[in-house]
Amino acid sequence: MQELKNRAIELLENGTVARVLGWKIGENTYDPEPAFFDSVEAMKDFVYNNFCAANLSKYMIEASKLEGKTLVCLKPCDSYSFNQLVSDHRVDREKAYIIGVGCKGKLSIEQIKKSGVKGILSVTDSDPIQVETLYGNKELPYTAGMLSRCFSCKGKEHVVYDELIGESAETSTVDRFDEVRRIEAMTPEEKFAFFQAELSKCIRCNACRNVCPACNCRKCVFDGNKFDSAQKANVDSFEEKMFHIIRAFHVAGRCTDCGECSRVCPQGIPLHLFNRKFIKDINTLYGEYQAGADPEAKGPLTSFTTEDAEPSIVSKGGIV
Amino acid sequence: MQRIGVFVCHCGSNIAATVDVKKVVEMVLLEPGVVHAEDYQYMCSEAGQAKIGAAIADKKLTGIVVCSCSPRMHEATFRKCAERYGLNPYMVEIANIREHCSWIHKDMQEATEKAVILARAAIAKVNLNAPLQAGESRVTKRALVIGGGIAGIQTALDIADAGYEVDIVEKTPSIGGRMSQLDKTFPTLDCSACILTPKMVDAAGHPNINIYTYSEVEKVSGFVGDFTVDIRKKARSVDATKCTGCGVCQEKCPSKKTPSEFNRGLGNRSAIYTPFAQAIPNVPVIDREACLKFKTGKCGVCEKVCQAGAIDYAQQDEIITEKYGAIVVATGFDTIKLDQYDEYAYNQSKDVITSLELERIMNAAGPTKGHLERLSDGKAPKEIVFVQCVGSRCSDDRGKPYCSKICCMYTAKHAMLIRDKYPDVNVTVFYIDVRTPGKNFDEFYRRAVEEYGVNYIKGQVGKVAPQPDGSLLVQASDLLDNKQIKMKADMVVLATAIEPNQGVRNIATMLTASIDTNNFLTEAHPKLRPVESPTAGVFLSGVCQGPKDIPETVAQAGAAAVKVIGLLAKDKLTTNPCTAKPDELLCNGCGNCAKVCPYGAITYEVRQVNDHGIREDRRLANVNSALCQGCGACTVTCPSGAMDLQGFSNRQLIAEVDAICR
Amino acid sequence: MSINNEFRPKIVAFCCNWCSYAGADLAGSSRLAYPADVKIIRVPCSCRVNPMFILRAFEKGADGVILCGCHPGDCHYSTGNYYARRRMTLLFSMLDYMGVENGRTRVEWVSAAEGVKFSTTMNEFVEKIRSLGENVRLGDLRCKN
Repeated sequence: MQELKNRAIELLENGTVARVLGWKIGENTYDPEPAFFDSVEAMKDFVYNNFCAANLSKYMIEASKLEGKTLVCLKPCDSYSFNQLVSDHRVDREKAYIIGVGCKGKLSIEQIKKSGVKGILSVTDSDPIQVETLYGNKELPYTAGMLSRCFSCKGKEHVVYDELIGESAETSTVDRFDEVRRIEAMTPEEKFAFFQAELSKCIRCNACRNVCPACNCRKCVFDGNKFDSAQKANVDSFEEKMFHIIRAFHVAGRCTDCGECSRVCPQGIPLHLFNRKFIKDINTLYGEYQAGADPEAKGPLTSFTTEDAEPSIVSKGGIV
Repeated sequence: MQRIGVFVCHCGSNIAATVDVKKVVEMVLLEPGVVHAEDYQYMCSEAGQAKIGAAIADKKLTGIVVCSCSPRMHEATFRKCAERYGLNPYMVEIANIREHCSWIHKDMQEATEKAVILARAAIAKVNLNAPLQAGESRVTKRALVIGGGIAGIQTALDIADAGYEVDIVEKTPSIGGRMSQLDKTFPTLDCSACILTPKMVDAAGHPNINIYTYSEVEKVSGFVGDFTVDIRKKARSVDATKCTGCGVCQEKCPSKKTPSEFNRGLGNRSAIYTPFAQAIPNVPVIDREACLKFKTGKCGVCEKVCQAGAIDYAQQDEIITEKYGAIVVATGFDTIKLDQYDEYAYNQSKDVITSLELERIMNAAGPTKGHLERLSDGKAPKEIVFVQCVGSRCSDDRGKPYCSKICCMYTAKHAMLIRDKYPDVNVTVFYIDVRTPGKNFDEFYRRAVEEYGVNYIKGQVGKVAPQPDGSLLVQASDLLDNKQIKMKADMVVLATAIEPNQGVRNIATMLTASIDTNNFLTEAHPKLRPVESPTAGVFLSGVCQGPKDIPETVAQAGAAAVKVIGLLAKDKLTTNPCTAKPDELLCNGCGNCAKVCPYGAITYEVRQVNDHGIREDRRLANVNSALCQGCGACTVTCPSGAMDLQGFSNRQLIAEVDAICR
Repeated sequence: MSINNEFRPKIVAFCCNWCSYAGADLAGSSRLAYPADVKIIRVPCSCRVNPMFILRAFEKGADGVILCGCHPGDCHYSTGNYYARRRMTLLFSMLDYMGVENGRTRVEWVSAAEGVKFSTTMNEFVEKIRSLGENVRLGDLRCKN
């Protein structure tokens, strides 16, 4: 962390970058927030710890419009999102100075709470995690606090960077499509019941949309009248029901599976299950494709082969 | 809100017998925006159209729905009618209550209900219609033909004869193409050169034709009617304005070891050369890779012997930029490489040759002066085997899946010519099928068998093995007699598959013309628009579109010319106004729309926008409406909904959906 | 919509202008009947059909949506139906994944010459939708329990 901070200060001081995009220390170890630092002085609040889960790549859209370069700290998985934003022409690679920061799997306070710990006063970001609670101190294995997305990590390599600081670790232990397969195996009734239950929790707060690096439109179709879809007052309106399907379709082929949507959902809806289904289908039908791996690649929905599967494959046992 | 008039046609009894037209009129009057509705026996008739005109004037209509036959039938009629009476033609929508309703339903209540719903959908759509203006773009009255073979020559001659200027760009030092390499042509057996060279001369001498040989198209921009093309005129190292074509330089050139492309590598040429005696232009080029002057700096013989002082070692490539209204691709073909067909011993034995090589051997101007002889020892062959379908109709990836089409006929020709000239030579043809659809083609093939005694065996050749005695052992199967054959041959001729010329992929990319998996250019419609590329203003001539023989090539070349003439005859082009249009405030500039556009109509530029008071430079999509054909692929790819299709907008289509599902 | 309590499905058919709409015209001029439940919307190309249109139709009460276009390789715009094919495959798979009966959506390639195929397809599709009954799920995906 200190090495990263020192290097960021050095780059600010020597004028290589005009500002730093990183995380600002919160009230607790576990609540750092994304922030811009535009002076050495401001850097006193800079932090990088194992709770810094937020993907900063999307902030580079705004940063690309500013004078000078922005130093941005990207974890391996964030670097895919960054590349995808470059390929969508939404961020300017030239305006970014990327420090690829190490990641050993990110922690989440929600996850720690879910593991059954009550009355938390403070936590460390160490391995094992030391938790101070109203009821005494506890020690938790690191993985008990780790975000579920990190168990199916894309790997420790950055796909784009200017320099690397810090070690990364392989944290993947499960196949990321296991959950999708579990749903695919359900009966239609079970599937429907599952999704209806999950989607009924949605309060349309737009947190998923706002955090998603692939949801990078200047103006969202759901906020415009182009599809006659902006009828906020009407709870039964089109967008209310179809929002998540349409959102998933809009990012299909561009979603890097960063998992931010599920992480930020205040209702705990596993939104990544939509994106992963698309990714799984794309991989199965059109060949392995990882959005953001290669900014020059043609996306699966902007290309085709003459031998592609027919849509009727879905009614002939589905895409598995 | 629009003021909409709805006109319900009886179509005699075609509609009225099944649809209660009065009921439809009554129902549509309840729809928002509808201020007028009436029915009439034949809406498309003069009287019917007059009713529409009267209503436009009386009721100040801003939109019209005609409930009638298919829009494919009379949409144009009613649009013209609207225009005649002062309404924008694109304010007309058709509800198809004949083909899609009265003709397929028997129950009157059911059909009437459906007709009302179809009318509602059209009304909902027209409520959101906006007047559209067909644009105009200018036409540069000059055509470019890429490729100077028989296809390109014929296209150019036909265009030029109609009075338009044409440029031919040919990659090699001379026009003439593949046909100039052929000896005789089927099924008439006339000499190829005798029928081709007059056309070459005509093209060269035509006041409207300008030929750039030893030149390549380097860059294409613009669109139908207004292309701008950069042509690289490669340095010939010979000043064409001074050269008299005497040929002394070629005689005296000391570097004579370069395989002759024209003779398919069967003979050599000098470093300064014209590909063949009848080359047009009759101006040699210096092959700088073979030339001693360029390689070592020492030589300069050609310069010394040239009386005209035409040799110019310092000549540079020249870029010519020219404007064209239409471009014809006539890039032709080559035979496939046989590297992967070891079983035929093509690379092992000089006596295994391709049919095109045989053409050169049979040709009086060829490497053997027209004597049929083995290239290994110069002896006259007594036993010749022809192998059909080498790389054609091939299921693995060594060859091509398609039929090369010309091989059956030229093999019959070769066999016949050999038997005619050398009656003591035995000729055996191994074939899979003999395909002879064409005027006088089957008769020709039968003559080869019946009159000339050519031995046709249905079966595939499995192996050709060179023997120590210099002969070739051919192992094959006879499928009709169901037996294996082993026979000795002195010469084996392979009917090698043809494929589009290598450079065509690059040319297609420059033209944004689509190409199929075999690198043949795709036609706009396989049946109805076979000589047009889907890219407006780009036309196809000859084998670049698919395998064909000379008469077909010439016919297609003429057809392409007619299409070009039809285009160039116009002063202005009317563009389809139902084109894609981006909303600049919504556009992300992400680039996805251009990726799916089949016409290359979308480009991006950085432009300043005023987004509710915020001035910003943004990368934005631009649609060239002259290129856009209005498919709408971009509109769905666009994540923000910025890209919309005029005439079929998102809101219009959603309004139709809503009206139907109401 | 019901006549005599019989279930009459609402079916939206998107047809491309060049092949399938013409195929439907041919079905009409050949008097090849199919149920009046099918209502056709003309689009220039199958690639013009946004998945949002299909979801919109279901949300507004459609019981089935079918998209017809030129056969692969025959697209008037060369490549439109190839893009449509990918989009629809993924959309249909997603709907299936969410438990929506997969028979409610269909893509069929119908050329301008295939009036018979158009009519047969529509008859089959209507039959299928009738057997599935009213579409509750897609209209109901997010209704609070």
